[in-house]
Amino acid sequence: MYAYAGKILRVDLTTGKISTEPLTEELAKQYIGGIGLGIKLLMDNSKPGTDAYDPDNPLIYMTGPLSGTMGPTGGNSYAVVSKSPATGGIGNGESHGFFGPDFKRAGYDAIIITGKAPKLSYLWIDDDKVQIMDAEHLKHFTVYQTDKTIRQELGDFYIRVSAIGEAGEKLCRFAAIINDEFRAIGRSGMGGVMGSKNLKAVAVRGTKDVNVADMPKFREFVKLIYERMKGPATKKYKTLGTPENVLVLNSLSALATRNWTNATFEGANKVSGEYLNEHYVKKIVGCATCGMRCDHIAVVPEGPYKGSISRLEFECLWSMGPLCGVDRLDAIIEAMRIVNEYGMDGISIGVVVAFAMDCYEHGVITKEQTDGIELNFGNAEALIAIIHKIGKREGWLGNALAEGVAKAAEIIGGDAYKYACHIKGLELPGYDLRTLKTAALGFSVSFRGACHLRNGAYSPDVKGKVNRFKIEAGRGKMITDESKMYNIIDSLIVCKFSRGTYYDGWKDLANYYTLATGIPMTVEEMALAGDRIENLARLFNIREGKGTRKNDTLPWKIKNVPVPDEGPAKGVCVNEEEFQVGLADYYASRGWSPEGIPTVEKLKEVGLGDLAYIAEKAEQGGN
Amino acid sequence: MVRPQDRKFVTADPEKCIGCVVCEYACSMVNENTFNPNKSRIRAMRMGPLTNLAVTCRHCEDPACVAACPKDALSQEENSGIIRVDENACNGCGWCIAACQFGAMNMHPEKKVVFTCNSCTDNPDKEPQCVKWCPEEALTFVTAEQLAQKSRQKAVQNLFQTAETPK
Repeated sequence: MYAYAGKILRVDLTTGKISTEPLTEELAKQYIGGIGLGIKLLMDNSKPGTDAYDPDNPLIYMTGPLSGTMGPTGGNSYAVVSKSPATGGIGNGESHGFFGPDFKRAGYDAIIITGKAPKLSYLWIDDDKVQIMDAEHLKHFTVYQTDKTIRQELGDFYIRVSAIGEAGEKLCRFAAIINDEFRAIGRSGMGGVMGSKNLKAVAVRGTKDVNVADMPKFREFVKLIYERMKGPATKKYKTLGTPENVLVLNSLSALATRNWTNATFEGANKVSGEYLNEHYVKKIVGCATCGMRCDHIAVVPEGPYKGSISRLEFECLWSMGPLCGVDRLDAIIEAMRIVNEYGMDGISIGVVVAFAMDCYEHGVITKEQTDGIELNFGNAEALIAIIHKIGKREGWLGNALAEGVAKAAEIIGGDAYKYACHIKGLELPGYDLRTLKTAALGFSVSFRGACHLRNGAYSPDVKGKVNRFKIEAGRGKMITDESKMYNIIDSLIVCKFSRGTYYDGWKDLANYYTLATGIPMTVEEMALAGDRIENLARLFNIREGKGTRKNDTLPWKIKNVPVPDEGPAKGVCVNEEEFQVGLADYYASRGWSPEGIPTVEKLKEVGLGDLAYIAEKAEQGGN
Repeated sequence: MVRPQDRKFVTADPEKCIGCVVCEYACSMVNENTFNPNKSRIRAMRMGPLTNLAVTCRHCEDPACVAACPKDALSQEENSGIIRVDENACNGCGWCIAACQFGAMNMHPEKKVVFTCNSCTDNPDKEPQCVKWCPEEALTFVTAEQLAQKSRQKAVQNLFQTAETPK
């Protein structure tokens, strides 16, 4: 096989057994790689009802077919798939940087990690030599300390490490796996699954060649993409970066503020992309083999957090800024830095803190319960203090919040559920769904819970392609079409920031795949693969009791608290009736039943007929 | 005959280089027909997000690698300054690797002999492909004199705070 390594590595941490098996070309073509193949391996290697933190829940590391080539962004990627401790359904994340290519060069398309090591360990993959190493001395190390220590003790600067911090070890349900200091498998708690296996890190050194099927044409194609990356399609990422969204969303009354109390933030100018770049960004860097530059490295020049340094993107800036009512970028940069050290999802952590602040402001939690922290909106010191407590699971509240907002609301009780903004257990990302209603529908049906990156449903709203204050027929098809593309993007594992450089869309991606792998791929076959992956993920969620209409919901505040801010969005929220119309429209466009279950015909169409029993059982009322 | 000060080598601008390793992949692609940074003649170092630089052979005058070789396997081309490796004579002892202050000598993972930057003279492209592919335009193929001129221009421009571009 070209581009693919053609090999899957299995590691049982309980017994220490390590083995390999071939990856067939058929499976590769059907599921591409990345999250597509990862979800397939998860489905085939897990038993229904296994808890996310059970040793039998496999943690699956994936490369994409392009990983290890010089394909921009596709060359530098990896993904992780497992059952999510946050949602109980599909958990997945993709990360770029420098780790993925070494993983491929070591000779693997996937690593299926099961079991639980008897003590804290790390996996050391040195090409064909795979060892489980003692990591007791790395206990509670930050991600960066872990990375540095492992490279030092193994004696090679170029070893790449993907690790968890203290949060992952302590089974935080939104713990991340992080490589290269600040590149994260962020969402859905994959770091918690790693921690539950007593696995501190995966270290790789790959020295083998990665060959593509048609080198001259591949070279020509990637040169074209590198050139396009210098153009308008990626301008945003290279200039202000995603923090540009702060003022854009604020002007649309879509900048969720103080835990979705407001939709505009009076301090927006102080946390804008413009302000950040002028006062804090020191350099814009990027990942391996990429022609874009998106990593805005911010350094605090003065004040209590002087010298604090972190990469900062819109989502995390928003979650720990406007969403918590915080208008101090120095504190947000420091918060981001420590979130990366503990190894937590930078989106979820902000939503968790904002939830706690909302509870505190409404008297649902008391100052005694916060161990004296005045957890009011806008209190930057309190933000930092509570992040430390959550990262360490310190105190009653820190411990409860490390469970994520859905479970924390159950622990806190009372009215806390009203302030818990999540879908299927995953905290909402940075959009006010009351004023972006295509996004509301799209996020509610995403298979990994509240997520803007499963179908990009915020895009038609923000770009003004639809009436964003309404859900109406036709939105379902938009979401369905985009979800197929997003599934392929995450299976090839090309960066979503690069999506604008594939001018011919599906045609470019299918061509890219074939030039690298030599496996013929038509546009239709690739789109069908995107649909197959979506249906497979839905089936997994159905199998786990998390994938039918009753699970496609919206948070209480989105449905019950109208936007109070003056402007065009005043008084808007999502009403149940339009939401149900939207769900029905979406299911119909997918070829799913009114209960949101794929029909047998649909499953046969996408080549998943052998799994129709899961859908049939669910239609009869079972999981 | 080319004067020593006219010899060109690949150098990275520390203000522009971000350690993205595109140069490594371009090098292995054109010189080895594969993707493998371990077979690249240029290596990028990322010490931290703000500390990056790609490093390769600088075609030194009186090169330490040549002097160090106990097998006389290394020689310097007079015109280009390129270090040539006699692959039959090299026994992979690595003394040249230790001698090079830039880490520009590498052990080939398969051939088990050392290799270093040939300024792409051995492949059909004939001009350094890392320079051509660098997305940041951080790499240049220059002489020592050109580098010195660039630094002098910058120093003078800074002194006068002028926006006037050098003629």
